[in-house]
Amino acid sequence: MSLVVERLDLYYGDAQALSEVSLEVGARRIVAIVGANGAGKSSLIRTIAGIEKPRSGSIRFKGQDITGLESYRICDLGIGQVAEGRQVFPSMSVQENLEMGAMIPRARAKARATMSRVYELFPRLAERRGQAAGTLSGGEQQMLAIGRCLMGQPELIMFDEPSLGLAPALVQEVFRTIRLLHEAGHTVVLVEQNVAVSLKLADDAYVLENGRIVMSGRGEELLHDDRVRQAYLGL
Amino acid sequence: MPIELYLNVALGGVLTGLVYGLMALGLSVIFGVVRVVNFAHGEMMTLAMYAAVMLFVYFKLDPLLLMLPIMATLFLFGYAMQTAVINPFITRPEHSQFILLVAIAIIMINGLLMFFGPNARNVLVDYAYDSYQIGPILLDKVRVIAALAALAVAAALFAFFRYAPTGKAIRACADNNRGALVVGLNVKRLYALTFGLGSACVGAAGCMMVLLVDVTPMLGPTYTLLAFVIVIVGGLGSMGGALLGGLLVGVSEALAGLVLTPSAKSMVTFALLILVLLLRPQGLLGRKA
Repeated sequence: MSLVVERLDLYYGDAQALSEVSLEVGARRIVAIVGANGAGKSSLIRTIAGIEKPRSGSIRFKGQDITGLESYRICDLGIGQVAEGRQVFPSMSVQENLEMGAMIPRARAKARATMSRVYELFPRLAERRGQAAGTLSGGEQQMLAIGRCLMGQPELIMFDEPSLGLAPALVQEVFRTIRLLHEAGHTVVLVEQNVAVSLKLADDAYVLENGRIVMSGRGEELLHDDRVRQAYLGL
Repeated sequence: MPIELYLNVALGGVLTGLVYGLMALGLSVIFGVVRVVNFAHGEMMTLAMYAAVMLFVYFKLDPLLLMLPIMATLFLFGYAMQTAVINPFITRPEHSQFILLVAIAIIMINGLLMFFGPNARNVLVDYAYDSYQIGPILLDKVRVIAALAALAVAAALFAFFRYAPTGKAIRACADNNRGALVVGLNVKRLYALTFGLGSACVGAAGCMMVLLVDVTPMLGPTYTLLAFVIVIVGGLGSMGGALLGGLLVGVSEALAGLVLTPSAKSMVTFALLILVLLLRPQGLLGRKA
């Protein structure tokens, strides 16, 4: 197992955001976490990343307990994140944004080589390397967010709503990139509102409702499950 | 009055203004990144000024030679202060941060009063009354040296933020805090570094200021306020704005002393502030929120 989450509880003040969430992510698999807006998907990602601190439960990565570690330590263990809303550095150049992805110790020495790989993967970014990230289009910013994540040499990449706000053609492009990264050996956790596409792409999937896991199984299985079809696919 | 006199006074104001600018630069950098207003900024400068006075009196060392060790001391002081005291307050509401920093300022003022008493002290270097003459222009040597040193420190800081990886990481924190967490930057450590750098700036400014004015423990609040005015005039969070604001305040103070009366200089400074707030609320080089 790459990532094991056990009985995770998260509170914002008195409001419970996650309740006894348990899940497993096998090495080199794509695991989708689907659910409606406000179900706790982003909270889960942010807790695994160390940005939110859980009240109870445990998170293990490759056998090591990482519960409650600071976010920069978790990044340095190889858990990368493409966050909701891209979170690029708007007034810094594309190149500087990528450099920031490689500030963690595990990535620093390989930064130069990785950057040329990222530019190969996203030629648009290479064309715009001197341009401020805030002036890029939504799709380009998403490419930058993915590229910046790759700069950190992650083994596991968590994508939080990567298709949100993108035109359909770009959504296809983003999912194609995710598949490509998976084939290149990355383990992928994918959080999406776009349930149909992500279940098709995923090996395993979990359905999150009101901060609880209510269903889990193979992606294909859930895609054909009547409850999922009714609740999320409108069929 | 002859035009040369105005020119001389204005140039003197430019030189003093660069030192003001360096002082305000520290405040601006801290606010721009950590989003905390250092209400103990002027007090930190008086600490540096007293350090310079003591080292000058006991070791006969020139304050400009002392600049580097005093900057280093203030850096460590600021770093420690951010780590130990301010970081725990970072998510608290602004008024509790305000009270915290005002408390620190009051402790500093009274600490200085306890150790040094209320009397004014100064540093009289042997070139204190030297000056450079260029045609009709007469410039005080201490002001020229202080201004050049201020420019050098500011330039070093600009270069650090532009080219050094750690400097870029600090800019990233200011640009998008959530993004900084996402890529695995150690935000708390970068905040402490930033507070240290801002403190080092004001420490350097103190070493220069001690050549220009006498220091008393009560000088702190005046300069905290002045730094705040300069930063607002130049634009909150803008490094170039802090220097420009410093220049404008320096020149307007100097000319006010000449045209009106020396005691009216604060009046002119605040008039400048009100004018900027009316016409360009984000400050001269500030970005619109």
